Amino acid sequence: MSTQNVLFDAPGPRARRNFAIGNAVGVLLLLTVLYLVISRLGARGQLDPALWKPLLTSRSWQYYILPGLQNTLVAGAYSIVGAMVFGLLFGVGRLSGSRAIRWFCGIVVEFFRAVPVLIMMVAGWLALNQLKLIPAEMTSLVAVVGALILYNGSVIAELVRSGIHGLPKGQREAGLAIGLTRNQSIRSIELPQALIAMLPSLVSQFVVILKDSALGYYIAYAELLRNSRLLGTDGTNILQTLFVAAAIFILINFSLSRFAEFLARRVGGATSGKTRVGDVPNTVTTIGLEQSGTAAAKRGLEHR
Amino acid sequence: MSEYLSQFADLFATYNVPLAFWMNIKLTFFAAIFSLVIGTALALMRISPIASLRLAGTWYVNVLRNTPLTVIMVFGVLALWSKLGVSFSPNFDENFFRLAVLGLSVYHAAFVCEALRSGVNTVPVGQAEAARSIGLSFLPAARIIILPQAFRGAIAPLGNTLIALTKNTTVAATASVAEAAGLMAAMIEFRSDVIIGIFLTFAIGWVIIVIPVGLLTTYLSRRLAVVR
Repeated sequence: MSTQNVLFDAPGPRARRNFAIGNAVGVLLLLTVLYLVISRLGARGQLDPALWKPLLTSRSWQYYILPGLQNTLVAGAYSIVGAMVFGLLFGVGRLSGSRAIRWFCGIVVEFFRAVPVLIMMVAGWLALNQLKLIPAEMTSLVAVVGALILYNGSVIAELVRSGIHGLPKGQREAGLAIGLTRNQSIRSIELPQALIAMLPSLVSQFVVILKDSALGYYIAYAELLRNSRLLGTDGTNILQTLFVAAAIFILINFSLSRFAEFLARRVGGATSGKTRVGDVPNTVTTIGLEQSGTAAAKRGLEHR
Repeated sequence: MSEYLSQFADLFATYNVPLAFWMNIKLTFFAAIFSLVIGTALALMRISPIASLRLAGTWYVNVLRNTPLTVIMVFGVLALWSKLGVSFSPNFDENFFRLAVLGLSVYHAAFVCEALRSGVNTVPVGQAEAARSIGLSFLPAARIIILPQAFRGAIAPLGNTLIALTKNTTVAATASVAEAAGLMAAMIEFRSDVIIGIFLTFAIGWVIIVIPVGLLTTYLSRRLAVVR
Protein backbone atom coordinates (compact mmCIF):
# COMPACT_ATOMS: atom_id res chain seq x y z
CA MET A 1 0.00 0.00 0.00
CA SER A 2 1.48 3.33 -0.94
CA THR A 3 1.50 6.51 1.11
CA GLN A 4 -1.16 8.06 -1.05
CA ASN A 5 -3.75 5.40 -0.35
CA VAL A 6 -3.44 5.57 3.41
CA LEU A 7 -4.07 9.24 3.93
CA PHE A 8 -7.48 9.29 2.30
CA ASP A 9 -10.32 6.84 1.69
CA ALA A 10 -11.30 5.31 -1.59
CA PRO A 11 -13.34 8.24 -2.89
CA GLY A 12 -17.13 8.13 -3.14
CA PRO A 13 -19.12 10.17 -5.67
CA ARG A 14 -18.84 13.43 -3.76
CA ALA A 15 -15.13 13.06 -3.02
CA ARG A 16 -14.54 12.18 -6.67
CA ARG A 17 -16.28 15.41 -7.68
CA ASN A 18 -14.16 17.35 -5.18
CA PHE A 19 -10.97 15.74 -6.47
CA ALA A 20 -11.96 16.62 -10.02
CA ILE A 21 -12.53 20.24 -8.99
CA GLY A 22 -9.24 20.28 -7.10
CA ASN A 23 -7.51 18.77 -10.08
CA ALA A 24 -8.94 21.40 -12.41
CA VAL A 25 -7.88 24.19 -10.04
CA GLY A 26 -4.43 22.66 -9.76
CA VAL A 27 -4.00 22.40 -13.52
CA LEU A 28 -5.25 25.95 -13.90
CA LEU A 29 -2.76 27.20 -11.31
CA LEU A 30 0.14 25.41 -12.97
CA LEU A 31 -0.85 26.75 -16.37
CA THR A 32 -1.02 30.27 -14.92
CA VAL A 33 2.49 29.94 -13.53
CA LEU A 34 3.70 28.57 -16.85
CA TYR A 35 1.98 31.43 -18.69
CA LEU A 36 3.54 34.06 -16.41
CA VAL A 37 7.02 32.60 -16.96
CA ILE A 38 6.63 32.37 -20.70
CA SER A 39 5.11 35.84 -21.06
CA ARG A 40 7.97 37.29 -19.00
CA LEU A 41 10.46 35.49 -21.23
CA GLY A 42 8.64 36.80 -24.27
CA ALA A 43 8.38 40.37 -22.97
CA ARG A 44 12.13 40.39 -22.42
CA GLY A 45 12.79 39.03 -25.91
CA GLN A 46 14.30 35.84 -24.52
CA LEU A 47 12.16 33.61 -26.76
CA ASP A 48 13.69 35.17 -29.86
CA PRO A 49 14.78 32.23 -32.06
CA ALA A 50 18.03 34.09 -32.79
CA LEU A 51 19.06 33.51 -29.18
CA TRP A 52 18.24 29.80 -29.22
CA LYS A 53 19.60 28.93 -32.67
CA PRO A 54 23.30 29.16 -31.76
CA LEU A 55 22.68 26.22 -29.43
CA LEU A 56 21.89 24.06 -32.44
CA THR A 57 25.17 24.77 -34.20
CA SER A 58 27.98 22.26 -34.09
CA ARG A 59 30.38 25.04 -33.07
CA SER A 60 28.67 25.52 -29.69
CA TRP A 61 28.73 21.83 -28.94
CA GLN A 62 32.18 21.12 -30.31
CA TYR A 63 34.03 23.94 -28.58
CA TYR A 64 32.00 24.69 -25.47
CA ILE A 65 29.32 22.25 -24.30
CA LEU A 66 30.96 18.90 -25.01
CA PRO A 67 34.44 19.85 -23.74
CA GLY A 68 32.74 21.30 -20.65
CA LEU A 69 30.77 18.13 -20.12
CA GLN A 70 33.93 16.10 -20.60
CA ASN A 71 35.75 18.15 -17.94
CA THR A 72 32.81 17.76 -15.56
CA LEU A 73 32.82 13.99 -16.06
CA VAL A 74 36.62 13.77 -15.75
CA ALA A 75 36.61 15.67 -12.45
CA GLY A 76 33.67 13.53 -11.32
CA ALA A 77 35.39 10.26 -12.23
CA TYR A 78 38.66 11.09 -10.46
CA SER A 79 36.72 12.28 -7.42
CA ILE A 80 34.55 9.17 -7.28
CA VAL A 81 37.54 6.83 -7.36
CA GLY A 82 39.49 8.94 -4.88
CA ALA A 83 36.54 9.33 -2.53
CA MET A 84 35.95 5.56 -2.54
CA VAL A 85 39.57 4.88 -1.55
CA PHE A 86 39.52 7.64 1.09
CA GLY A 87 36.16 6.47 2.41
CA LEU A 88 37.19 2.81 2.69
CA LEU A 89 40.45 3.65 4.46
CA PHE A 90 38.94 6.05 6.97
CA GLY A 91 35.67 4.16 7.42
CA VAL A 92 37.52 0.97 8.37
CA GLY A 93 40.03 3.09 10.31
CA ARG A 94 37.21 4.34 12.54
CA LEU A 95 36.47 0.73 13.49
CA SER A 96 40.11 -0.12 14.13
CA GLY A 97 41.19 -1.85 17.33
CA SER A 98 43.77 0.84 18.03
CA ARG A 99 42.35 3.85 19.83
CA ALA A 100 44.88 6.23 18.24
CA ILE A 101 43.87 5.23 14.70
CA ARG A 102 40.16 5.44 15.63
CA TRP A 103 40.58 8.95 16.99
CA PHE A 104 42.72 10.18 14.13
CA CYS A 105 40.27 8.90 11.50
CA GLY A 106 37.33 10.26 13.49
CA ILE A 107 38.78 13.76 13.68
CA VAL A 108 39.75 13.83 10.00
CA VAL A 109 36.30 12.63 8.89
CA GLU A 110 34.35 15.01 11.15
CA PHE A 111 36.55 17.95 10.14
CA PHE A 112 36.17 17.50 6.40
CA ARG A 113 32.46 16.87 6.73
CA ALA A 114 32.00 20.18 8.53
CA VAL A 115 34.05 22.43 6.21
CA PRO A 116 32.21 23.61 3.07
CA VAL A 117 33.60 22.18 -0.17
CA LEU A 118 33.97 25.63 -1.69
CA ILE A 119 36.24 26.77 1.17
CA MET A 120 38.54 23.77 0.61
CA MET A 121 38.45 24.24 -3.14
CA VAL A 122 39.36 27.93 -3.06
CA ALA A 123 42.11 27.50 -0.46
CA GLY A 124 43.54 24.48 -2.31
CA TRP A 125 43.50 26.29 -5.63
CA LEU A 126 45.23 29.41 -4.32
CA ALA A 127 47.79 27.27 -2.48
CA LEU A 128 48.55 25.24 -5.60
CA ASN A 129 48.96 28.38 -7.67
CA GLN A 130 51.39 29.72 -5.14
CA LEU A 131 53.42 26.53 -4.70
CA LYS A 132 53.81 26.00 -8.46
CA LEU A 133 54.42 22.27 -7.91
CA ILE A 134 52.18 21.33 -10.84
CA PRO A 135 51.61 23.02 -14.22
CA ALA A 136 49.39 26.11 -13.92
CA GLU A 137 46.69 24.68 -16.21
CA MET A 138 46.28 21.68 -13.91
CA THR A 139 45.74 23.55 -10.63
CA SER A 140 42.00 24.06 -10.89
CA LEU A 141 41.34 20.40 -11.78
CA VAL A 142 43.50 19.21 -8.88
CA ALA A 143 41.80 21.64 -6.48
CA VAL A 144 38.31 20.53 -7.59
CA VAL A 145 39.15 16.83 -7.32
CA GLY A 146 41.03 17.26 -4.04
CA ALA A 147 38.20 19.11 -2.31
CA LEU A 148 35.58 16.67 -3.63
CA ILE A 149 37.64 13.67 -2.44
CA LEU A 150 38.09 15.09 1.06
CA TYR A 151 34.41 15.92 1.56
CA ASN A 152 32.76 13.00 -0.20
CA GLY A 153 35.41 10.58 1.02
CA SER A 154 34.46 11.56 4.57
CA VAL A 155 30.77 11.04 3.82
CA ILE A 156 31.57 7.63 2.30
CA ALA A 157 33.67 6.78 5.37
CA GLU A 158 30.54 7.36 7.46
CA LEU A 159 28.55 5.19 5.04
CA VAL A 160 31.09 2.38 5.41
CA ARG A 161 31.05 2.66 9.17
CA SER A 162 27.28 2.75 9.47
CA GLY A 163 27.03 -0.03 6.87
CA ILE A 164 29.19 -2.29 9.05
CA HIS A 165 27.32 -1.22 12.18
CA GLY A 166 24.04 -2.02 10.44
CA LEU A 167 24.93 -5.68 9.95
CA PRO A 168 23.46 -8.21 12.39
CA LYS A 169 25.81 -8.95 15.28
CA GLY A 170 25.82 -12.64 14.37
CA GLN A 171 27.94 -11.95 11.29
CA ARG A 172 30.92 -10.84 13.35
CA GLU A 173 30.31 -13.50 16.00
CA ALA A 174 30.32 -16.17 13.30
CA GLY A 175 33.61 -14.78 12.00
CA LEU A 176 35.16 -14.83 15.45
CA ALA A 177 33.79 -18.33 16.08
CA ILE A 178 35.63 -19.79 13.11
CA GLY A 179 38.86 -18.31 14.44
CA LEU A 180 39.19 -15.06 12.48
CA THR A 181 40.62 -12.03 14.23
CA ARG A 182 38.47 -8.90 14.53
CA ASN A 183 40.25 -7.26 11.59
CA GLN A 184 39.97 -10.37 9.43
CA SER A 185 36.29 -10.59 10.20
CA ILE A 186 35.79 -6.96 9.18
CA ARG A 187 37.78 -7.43 5.98
CA SER A 188 36.41 -10.71 4.72
CA ILE A 189 32.92 -10.96 6.24
CA GLU A 190 31.49 -7.59 7.22
CA LEU A 191 32.98 -5.15 4.71
CA PRO A 192 31.83 -7.04 1.57
CA GLN A 193 28.27 -7.17 2.88
CA ALA A 194 28.38 -3.55 4.02
CA LEU A 195 29.60 -2.49 0.56
CA ILE A 196 26.67 -4.21 -1.12
CA ALA A 197 24.23 -2.70 1.37
CA MET A 198 25.61 0.78 0.82
CA LEU A 199 25.72 0.53 -2.98
CA PRO A 200 22.52 2.57 -3.45
CA SER A 201 23.70 5.32 -1.08
CA LEU A 202 27.04 5.27 -2.86
CA VAL A 203 25.42 5.88 -6.24
CA SER A 204 23.41 8.80 -4.83
CA GLN A 205 26.67 10.16 -3.41
CA PHE A 206 27.97 10.15 -6.99
CA VAL A 207 25.12 12.53 -7.83
CA VAL A 208 26.36 14.84 -5.06
CA ILE A 209 29.89 14.65 -6.51
CA LEU A 210 28.72 15.52 -10.02
CA LYS A 211 26.62 18.42 -8.71
CA ASP A 212 29.48 19.77 -6.60
CA SER A 213 31.93 19.59 -9.47
CA ALA A 214 30.04 22.64 -10.78
CA LEU A 215 31.67 24.59 -7.93
CA GLY A 216 34.80 24.44 -10.10
CA TYR A 217 33.11 27.33 -11.92
CA TYR A 218 34.30 29.61 -9.12
CA ILE A 219 37.96 28.65 -9.49
CA ALA A 220 38.10 28.82 -13.29
CA TYR A 221 37.84 25.10 -13.98
CA ALA A 222 36.48 24.78 -17.54
CA GLU A 223 33.54 22.53 -16.63
CA LEU A 224 30.06 22.50 -18.12
CA LEU A 225 28.68 25.51 -16.24
CA ARG A 226 31.70 27.71 -16.90
CA ASN A 227 31.84 26.82 -20.59
CA SER A 228 28.12 27.49 -20.93
CA ARG A 229 28.63 30.89 -19.42
CA LEU A 230 31.50 31.61 -21.81
CA LEU A 231 29.36 30.49 -24.73
CA GLY A 232 26.58 32.78 -23.52
CA THR A 233 28.78 35.78 -23.01
CA ASP A 234 30.06 35.86 -26.56
CA GLY A 235 26.57 35.41 -27.97
CA THR A 236 24.63 37.38 -25.29
CA ASN A 237 22.31 34.39 -24.89
CA ILE A 238 23.39 33.45 -21.38
CA LEU A 239 19.89 32.47 -20.24
CA GLN A 240 19.64 29.95 -23.07
CA THR A 241 23.10 28.45 -22.56
CA LEU A 242 22.56 28.12 -18.79
CA PHE A 243 19.25 26.42 -19.57
CA VAL A 244 21.03 23.82 -21.70
CA ALA A 245 23.72 23.26 -19.06
CA ALA A 246 21.06 22.77 -16.38
CA ALA A 247 19.15 20.36 -18.62
CA ILE A 248 22.28 18.23 -19.16
CA PHE A 249 23.05 18.16 -15.43
CA ILE A 250 19.47 17.21 -14.58
CA LEU A 251 19.37 14.46 -17.20
CA ILE A 252 22.57 12.80 -15.95
CA ASN A 253 21.81 13.19 -12.25
CA PHE A 254 18.20 12.08 -12.60
CA SER A 255 19.30 8.90 -14.40
CA LEU A 256 21.86 8.21 -11.67
CA SER A 257 19.23 8.77 -8.94
CA ARG A 258 16.88 6.38 -10.69
CA PHE A 259 19.69 3.82 -10.96
CA ALA A 260 20.28 4.17 -7.21
CA GLU A 261 16.60 3.44 -6.51
CA PHE A 262 16.76 0.44 -8.81
CA LEU A 263 19.86 -0.84 -6.99
CA ALA A 264 18.17 -0.41 -3.61
CA ARG A 265 15.39 -2.76 -4.73
CA ARG A 266 17.77 -5.11 -6.49
CA VAL A 267 20.56 -5.78 -3.98
CA GLY A 268 18.29 -6.11 -0.94
CA GLY A 269 18.47 -9.91 -0.99
CA ALA A 270 22.23 -10.11 -1.47
CA THR A 271 23.24 -8.92 1.99
CA SER A 272 22.15 -9.12 5.60
CA GLY A 273 22.58 -5.33 5.79
CA LYS A 274 19.88 -2.75 5.21
CA THR A 275 19.71 -1.34 1.72
CA ARG A 276 18.27 2.03 1.00
CA VAL A 277 19.00 5.09 -1.06
CA GLY A 278 20.76 7.98 0.64
CA ASP A 279 18.84 11.18 0.19
CA VAL A 280 16.22 9.59 -2.01
CA PRO A 281 13.64 8.13 0.35
CA ASN A 282 12.08 5.13 -1.25
CA THR A 283 8.82 6.24 -2.78
CA VAL A 284 7.00 2.98 -2.15
CA THR A 285 7.66 2.72 1.59
CA THR A 286 4.53 1.90 3.50
CA ILE A 287 3.38 4.17 6.28
CA GLY A 288 4.24 2.75 9.65
CA LEU A 289 7.37 1.07 8.42
CA GLU A 290 9.93 2.11 10.98
CA GLN A 291 12.76 4.03 9.33
CA SER A 292 15.76 1.79 9.72
CA GLY A 293 19.27 2.88 10.55
CA THR A 294 21.17 4.22 13.51
CA ALA A 295 21.73 7.89 14.26
CA ALA A 296 25.18 7.47 12.71
CA ALA A 297 23.61 6.12 9.55
CA LYS A 298 21.27 9.08 9.40
CA ARG A 299 24.14 11.50 9.84
CA GLY A 300 26.01 9.68 7.12
CA LEU A 301 23.22 10.41 4.69
CA GLU A 302 23.82 14.12 4.78
CA HIS A 303 23.37 15.61 1.37
CA ARG A 304 24.22 18.85 -0.26
CA MET B 1 56.40 32.75 15.66
CA SER B 2 55.39 35.97 17.38
CA GLU B 3 56.03 37.78 14.11
CA TYR B 4 53.68 35.37 12.35
CA LEU B 5 51.04 36.06 14.96
CA SER B 6 51.37 39.81 14.67
CA GLN B 7 51.06 39.61 10.87
CA PHE B 8 48.00 37.55 11.47
CA ALA B 9 46.52 40.09 13.85
CA ASP B 10 47.14 42.86 11.29
CA LEU B 11 45.30 40.85 8.69
CA PHE B 12 42.28 40.48 10.95
CA ALA B 13 42.29 44.16 11.70
CA THR B 14 42.10 44.85 7.94
CA TYR B 15 39.43 42.28 7.06
CA ASN B 16 36.21 41.79 9.00
CA VAL B 17 35.97 38.02 9.30
CA PRO B 18 33.05 37.88 11.77
CA LEU B 19 31.01 40.12 9.47
CA ALA B 20 31.51 37.67 6.59
CA PHE B 21 30.39 34.75 8.76
CA TRP B 22 27.43 36.84 9.92
CA MET B 23 26.40 37.10 6.26
CA ASN B 24 26.41 33.28 6.02
CA ILE B 25 24.29 33.06 9.15
CA LYS B 26 21.79 35.58 7.77
CA LEU B 27 21.59 33.64 4.49
CA THR B 28 21.04 30.43 6.48
CA PHE B 29 18.32 32.00 8.62
CA PHE B 30 16.19 33.38 5.80
CA ALA B 31 16.73 30.44 3.45
CA ALA B 32 15.85 28.01 6.26
CA ILE B 33 12.51 29.72 6.85
CA PHE B 34 11.56 30.00 3.19
CA SER B 35 12.70 26.47 2.31
CA LEU B 36 10.73 25.08 5.25
CA VAL B 37 7.57 26.86 4.04
CA ILE B 38 8.04 25.83 0.39
CA GLY B 39 9.11 22.32 1.37
CA THR B 40 6.07 21.78 3.60
CA ALA B 41 3.77 22.95 0.81
CA LEU B 42 5.53 20.57 -1.59
CA ALA B 43 5.25 17.66 0.85
CA LEU B 44 1.51 18.34 1.24
CA MET B 45 1.16 18.41 -2.55
CA ARG B 46 3.05 15.13 -2.87
CA ILE B 47 0.83 13.26 -0.40
CA SER B 48 -2.44 14.90 -1.48
CA PRO B 49 -5.27 13.11 -3.28
CA ILE B 50 -5.10 15.56 -6.18
CA ALA B 51 -3.13 14.03 -9.04
CA SER B 52 -2.07 17.26 -10.76
CA LEU B 53 -0.58 18.68 -7.56
CA ARG B 54 1.18 15.37 -6.85
CA LEU B 55 2.70 15.40 -10.30
CA ALA B 56 3.82 19.02 -10.00
CA GLY B 57 5.43 18.32 -6.61
CA THR B 58 7.25 15.27 -7.94
CA TRP B 59 8.56 17.23 -10.92
CA TYR B 60 9.72 20.10 -8.75
CA VAL B 61 11.65 17.78 -6.45
CA ASN B 62 13.21 15.75 -9.27
CA VAL B 63 14.32 18.82 -11.21
CA LEU B 64 15.61 20.96 -8.34
CA ARG B 65 17.31 18.12 -6.48
CA ASN B 66 19.30 17.13 -9.54
CA THR B 67 20.43 20.64 -10.50
CA PRO B 68 23.77 21.84 -9.07
CA LEU B 69 23.22 24.70 -6.60
CA THR B 70 25.95 26.64 -8.41
CA VAL B 71 23.86 26.55 -11.60
CA ILE B 72 20.85 27.88 -9.69
CA MET B 73 22.90 30.69 -8.15
CA VAL B 74 24.51 31.72 -11.43
CA PHE B 75 21.14 31.53 -13.14
CA GLY B 76 19.65 33.80 -10.47
CA VAL B 77 22.18 36.54 -11.08
CA LEU B 78 22.99 36.23 -14.78
CA ALA B 79 19.56 35.23 -16.13
CA LEU B 80 16.84 36.05 -13.62
CA TRP B 81 18.21 39.44 -12.69
CA SER B 82 20.25 40.67 -15.64
CA LYS B 83 18.14 39.17 -18.46
CA LEU B 84 14.63 38.94 -17.02
CA GLY B 85 14.90 42.03 -14.82
CA VAL B 86 13.68 40.28 -11.65
CA SER B 87 14.85 42.57 -8.86
CA PHE B 88 14.07 42.47 -5.15
CA SER B 89 15.70 45.69 -4.05
CA PRO B 90 17.08 48.85 -5.69
CA ASN B 91 20.17 48.39 -3.52
CA PHE B 92 22.75 46.32 -5.41
CA ASP B 93 24.08 44.26 -2.49
CA GLU B 94 20.66 43.75 -0.95
CA ASN B 95 19.35 42.53 -4.32
CA PHE B 96 22.14 39.95 -4.67
CA PHE B 97 21.53 38.86 -1.09
CA ARG B 98 17.83 38.27 -1.77
CA LEU B 99 18.54 36.48 -5.05
CA ALA B 100 20.92 34.19 -3.14
CA VAL B 101 18.25 33.54 -0.49
CA LEU B 102 15.81 32.70 -3.29
CA GLY B 103 18.28 30.29 -4.91
CA LEU B 104 19.10 28.58 -1.61
CA SER B 105 15.41 28.34 -0.68
CA VAL B 106 14.12 26.79 -3.89
CA TYR B 107 17.01 24.29 -3.93
CA HIS B 108 16.72 23.16 -0.30
CA ALA B 109 12.92 23.10 -0.39
CA ALA B 110 13.22 19.92 -2.48
CA PHE B 111 15.28 18.29 0.30
CA VAL B 112 12.93 19.56 3.03
CA CYS B 113 10.04 18.02 1.11
CA GLU B 114 11.78 14.64 0.94
CA ALA B 115 12.75 14.84 4.63
CA LEU B 116 9.13 15.48 5.56
CA ARG B 117 7.94 12.65 3.37
CA SER B 118 10.33 10.30 5.13
CA GLY B 119 8.81 11.69 8.37
CA VAL B 120 5.31 10.85 7.08
CA ASN B 121 6.59 7.31 6.55
CA THR B 122 7.33 7.01 10.27
CA VAL B 123 3.68 7.68 11.16
CA PRO B 124 1.87 4.33 11.65
CA VAL B 125 -1.01 3.52 9.29
CA GLY B 126 -3.33 3.30 12.31
CA GLN B 127 -2.95 7.05 12.89
CA ALA B 128 -4.23 7.88 9.43
CA GLU B 129 -6.98 5.28 9.72
CA ALA B 130 -8.05 6.65 13.10
CA ALA B 131 -8.12 10.16 11.64
CA ARG B 132 -10.36 9.00 8.80
CA SER B 133 -12.60 6.99 11.06
CA ILE B 134 -13.46 10.06 13.16
CA GLY B 135 -14.45 11.81 9.94
CA LEU B 136 -11.43 14.00 9.19
CA SER B 137 -10.83 14.63 5.51
CA PHE B 138 -7.38 15.00 3.95
CA LEU B 139 -6.39 18.52 5.00
CA PRO B 140 -7.60 18.38 8.63
CA ALA B 141 -6.09 14.91 9.02
CA ALA B 142 -2.78 16.14 7.64
CA ARG B 143 -2.81 19.26 9.80
CA ILE B 144 -3.92 17.73 13.11
CA ILE B 145 -2.71 14.12 12.97
CA ILE B 146 -0.12 13.39 10.30
CA LEU B 147 2.12 16.46 9.97
CA PRO B 148 2.80 17.06 13.70
CA GLN B 149 4.03 13.49 14.03
CA ALA B 150 5.83 13.65 10.68
CA PHE B 151 7.79 16.75 11.76
CA ARG B 152 8.87 15.02 14.95
CA GLY B 153 9.92 11.94 13.00
CA ALA B 154 11.75 14.05 10.42
CA ILE B 155 14.00 16.03 12.78
CA ALA B 156 17.14 14.06 11.87
CA PRO B 157 16.83 14.44 8.07
CA LEU B 158 15.63 18.05 8.50
CA GLY B 159 18.72 18.69 10.63
CA ASN B 160 20.92 17.23 7.89
CA THR B 161 19.25 19.56 5.41
CA LEU B 162 19.88 22.51 7.74
CA ILE B 163 23.57 21.58 8.04
CA ALA B 164 23.86 21.22 4.28
CA LEU B 165 22.11 24.58 3.86
CA THR B 166 24.50 26.26 6.30
CA LYS B 167 27.53 25.03 4.39
CA ASN B 168 25.92 25.73 1.03
CA THR B 169 25.54 29.41 1.85
CA THR B 170 29.19 29.67 0.72
CA VAL B 171 27.96 29.03 -2.82
CA ALA B 172 26.40 32.52 -2.61
CA ALA B 173 29.94 33.68 -3.40
CA THR B 174 29.14 32.79 -7.03
CA ALA B 175 26.20 35.22 -6.81
CA SER B 176 28.47 38.08 -5.69
CA VAL B 177 27.39 38.03 -2.04
CA ALA B 178 30.15 39.16 0.34
CA GLU B 179 30.35 36.05 2.54
CA ALA B 180 33.05 33.87 4.10
CA ALA B 181 34.35 31.96 1.05
CA GLY B 182 34.78 35.14 -0.98
CA LEU B 183 36.48 36.94 1.91
CA MET B 184 38.85 34.03 2.43
CA ALA B 185 39.87 34.18 -1.24
CA ALA B 186 40.48 37.94 -0.96
CA MET B 187 42.53 37.53 2.22
CA ILE B 188 44.70 34.77 0.74
CA GLU B 189 45.33 36.77 -2.39
CA PHE B 190 46.36 39.74 -0.25
CA ARG B 191 48.62 37.80 2.15
CA SER B 192 49.55 34.52 0.49
CA ASP B 193 52.38 33.96 2.99
CA VAL B 194 49.94 33.07 5.80
CA ILE B 195 47.65 30.93 3.64
CA ILE B 196 47.52 27.98 6.04
CA GLY B 197 46.59 30.17 8.98
CA ILE B 198 43.81 31.83 6.99
CA PHE B 199 42.41 28.52 5.78
CA LEU B 200 42.46 27.02 9.27
CA THR B 201 40.73 30.09 10.70
CA PHE B 202 37.86 29.77 8.25
CA ALA B 203 37.71 25.99 8.46
CA ILE B 204 37.54 26.07 12.26
CA GLY B 205 34.92 28.82 12.02
CA TRP B 206 32.77 26.42 10.03
CA VAL B 207 33.41 23.54 12.40
CA ILE B 208 32.27 25.79 15.27
CA ILE B 209 29.05 26.66 13.41
CA VAL B 210 28.22 23.23 12.01
CA ILE B 211 29.01 20.80 14.83
CA PRO B 212 26.64 22.37 17.41
CA VAL B 213 23.81 22.29 14.85
CA GLY B 214 24.49 18.58 14.33
CA LEU B 215 24.60 17.86 18.07
CA LEU B 216 21.42 19.87 18.65
CA THR B 217 19.43 18.09 15.94
CA THR B 218 20.65 14.68 17.09
CA TYR B 219 19.57 15.58 20.65
CA LEU B 220 16.21 16.91 19.45
CA SER B 221 15.54 13.93 17.21
CA ARG B 222 15.97 11.63 20.23
CA ARG B 223 14.06 13.93 22.56
CA LEU B 224 11.12 14.61 20.26
CA ALA B 225 10.84 11.20 18.60
CA VAL B 226 7.35 9.82 19.11
CA VAL B 227 7.63 6.77 21.34
CA ARG B 228 5.93 3.82 19.63
